[in-house]
Formats: sequence, structure tokens, C-alpha cells
Amino acid sequence: MTRQDTILRVENITKSFNGNPILRGVDLTLRKGEIKILVGPSGGGKSTFLQCLNCLISPDSGQFWLEERPVDIFSKKELYRYRQQVGMIFQDFNLFDHLTAMDNVTLALRKVKKMDKKAALARAIVELSQVGLEDKTRLYPAELSGGQKQRVAIARALAMDPKVLLLDEPTSALDPDLTGEVIDVIRNLAKKGMTMVMATHQISLIRTLADEILFMEAGVVVEKGSPKTLLVPGTRSQGFCDKLNSLSGEGI
Amino acid sequence: MSPFFQELFDALNRGLIMSIALIVPSAAGGLLTGIITGCLRVFGDPFLRNVCNAYAALFRGTPLVVQLFILYFGFPNMGIYLTPYAAAVTGFILCSGAYQSEYVRGALLSIKRNQYLGAQALGLSKFQSVFWIIIPQAMRKALPGCGNEIIYLIKYSSLAYIVTVMELTGEGKTLATEYFRFTEVFAVIGLYYLALVSLAILILKKMEKAVHIPGFGKG
Repeated sequence: MTRQDTILRVENITKSFNGNPILRGVDLTLRKGEIKILVGPSGGGKSTFLQCLNCLISPDSGQFWLEERPVDIFSKKELYRYRQQVGMIFQDFNLFDHLTAMDNVTLALRKVKKMDKKAALARAIVELSQVGLEDKTRLYPAELSGGQKQRVAIARALAMDPKVLLLDEPTSALDPDLTGEVIDVIRNLAKKGMTMVMATHQISLIRTLADEILFMEAGVVVEKGSPKTLLVPGTRSQGFCDKLNSLSGEGI
Repeated sequence: MSPFFQELFDALNRGLIMSIALIVPSAAGGLLTGIITGCLRVFGDPFLRNVCNAYAALFRGTPLVVQLFILYFGFPNMGIYLTPYAAAVTGFILCSGAYQSEYVRGALLSIKRNQYLGAQALGLSKFQSVFWIIIPQAMRKALPGCGNEIIYLIKYSSLAYIVTVMELTGEGKTLATEYFRFTEVFAVIGLYYLALVSLAILILKKMEKAVHIPGFGKG
């Protein structure tokens, strides 16, 4: 792979809350089509790191490059433009409760991308169909199941044509019988070559999708490597995944 | 009908029109003031936040009668002359706005932060996130409280009479004194207010229904 393939690069991200260091210098280089998966115990900094990646939490220090162009995260204009290109999927979906599935998708298209109503609607239908919700476009979030809500959230993020998608435990707020539909959507994205950084405890996703696993603990990446090299006896990652396994009963 | 009741209804109907002329602009102005100051108290920069907090504290913390006296009897000392009607409406808007801002503030704070994050993650600016996501939801939640304030306003509009606006209470009081028939006159005035409030409740219910969305309140 050449340098031009690098989509997102961050260096030395640090963040403290009330004097407690949560991130102690995390780096990440993401190539086009690459999928990196963050694993590790709760409180290890995975979620904070993901939210720092699009500055929903502004890091105390750190440099950002998008397609090798430096991003000035302190310029509001540049930050808003950067966020359009780095989509985010949240654990709790974060849908807009007063808008239908359709309007959840079209809002940013119209207000941020300034598309006209017709074009935005057409785009929203395409994205909602991709996640299998073409018949639910007029329903409000309160009328959707958890899995459907998360799929609307994914459609909403994809409609912005992001170059990178950040996923913060996308299935962990769902009932076990609803995770499957969201996992299928994520697998489809991977198949189409979407570049992703995901925090997850889903062994099957870690095992089959990850190009690289980053094991985070106490605000640093303590191990990284492909599933092949990392998920072998004796590594922290394997030990952690074993524990997840025995909890979920899922085969690895 | 006896001449007394003929005269009573003529006077009260005249007063009713004046009352409505006081209530409608005061309710609209108070609501608008409340929405703007409520938003600034939550999302404004520290300076504007403090100014609006001080405004709310002042107008919620002093009696409306005192506010009206200052506007009508006090301001002329400073060279500002307000007509009785203008003084009453100004006082009502300022007082109502202070209370409305509190309902709006509470509703804004009740909207979970994660929707704001969702909007930010899509590249919406702070203003866009607040304007398109937070406010539409907060207004739905604030509506019952704001309606309550409007119902209060209908009744405290009777205070306009002490700055010599001849509205419902003022007209009635004059007639009652003249005929010395306080019970009948004030009972009928009470019914007039009851009718006004009932009408307001009906309109507010219709509004709540019109902006209803699944997941907000009942249903």
C-alpha cells in the first residue's frame, strides 16, 4: 500500500477528565478499506478515543490528517467539514426523536450538504433500502425496534458519503436477537470496502472483519496485530476474548 | 332583562374586548420572550446567560403590581410616558416572559445530550443542532407548562385595571360600585373569565394534538 492510500491518521491523542488521564497518547493510521477493531476492558478508553476521532470530545492534544491534509480541529468551519467525512455510529443510536426515519436521514443532507428536498429524499430512500427499511421510512424512532433504530442511524451516517465510519459498540444496547440484523448490515459495509474503526465485544465481528485488532487498556494501545497473530494463546487480546467467549457462549 | 343587567352586560362585553386586546399580544409576546430568553439561559454565552438569568430573577421575584406601578406611575419621572394600555401590555409581556423562560429552560435541559452529539457528528453547527434538533423537541415538552402560564396571564390581566385600563374587571368594578351589587357583578365577571380560560384550554389542547409525535407524552 502506498502513502496515498492513507485516509485518516491521528497522532498522540491525549485526554484527561478532571485530572484523570483517559487517553495517554494514542496513534492510528487508517488506509482505505481497512477495518480496525478496538477491544479491551470497559474504561480502557475505547469510547473516548472514538469520540475524540471526530472531536465530539475535544482531545487535550493530538494531530489529525484526513487524506494526508492536516485538519485544524480548532477552526469550527474545518471541524464541521471534517465531521461530515467521518461518520459516527453510537451505542444508543442517537436518532432524532421528533423526526421520522426518512427525516432523520434527510436533515443533514438538506441543512449541511444543502441538497434540495427532492434529491435528499431520493438519497434517503436509497440508503434506507440498503439497510432493509424501505417500508419503515415514515415511522418515528419510538415506533422502531432497537435494531431498526441502529440501521436508520447507519443509513443516516452513510448518506453523508463519509470516508471513514466510526462505530462505538453498535450492537451492545440491543437485545441478543436483534444484534444479527445490525451485524449483517456492518458485514455488508465491509464487503463494499467501507473504511471503519469499531469498538465491539462481538467475537464474530472481531474474528472475521478485523484487519487489525487494537487492544486498549488504561488509555493506551497495549497490543495490536491481525486476528491471526493476536488471537493466539498467551496474548492479552486472546485472554480477553476467551473471557467474552465464556460469557456469550459464542464459538471463536 | 332588567336595566341593571342590560347595563352590566354592555359594560362587561366592552371590558371583554379590552381584556382580549390585552391578553392576545401579551401571551404571544410573553411566549416569544420566554423562548428567546429560555434558549439564551441554556445555550447563550456567559454574558447573555447572566443577563437573562437576572431578568428572570427580577421579574419572577417582584410582584406584578409593583412592576405595573413602576411602568405606569414611575416611568414618567424619568420622562417615559406610557399609555395605560402600553404599560399593562409591557408589564404582562415582561412578567409572562420570565415565567415562560423557566418552562422553556426546563424542557431544553430535558432533551438528552446524545441527540446533540448525533447532530454534531453529522457536521451540523452548534446553532443548527440546537435550532433543528433540540428546540423542536423542547417546545413540545414545554407546551403544557407554557399553556399553564397563558392561563395565569388571562386572570392576572385583571391587574390592568389598577393602571386604569378599563377591561373586564375595571368595567365591572365601576358598575358594582355604582349599583352596590357586588355579588352579582363579580359572579358574572368570574363566569366571563371562566369562559375565556375554557376557550384557551380548548385551543391549547388542539395545539398539543396538532404537534403530537409518537414517543412524546402519551400515545
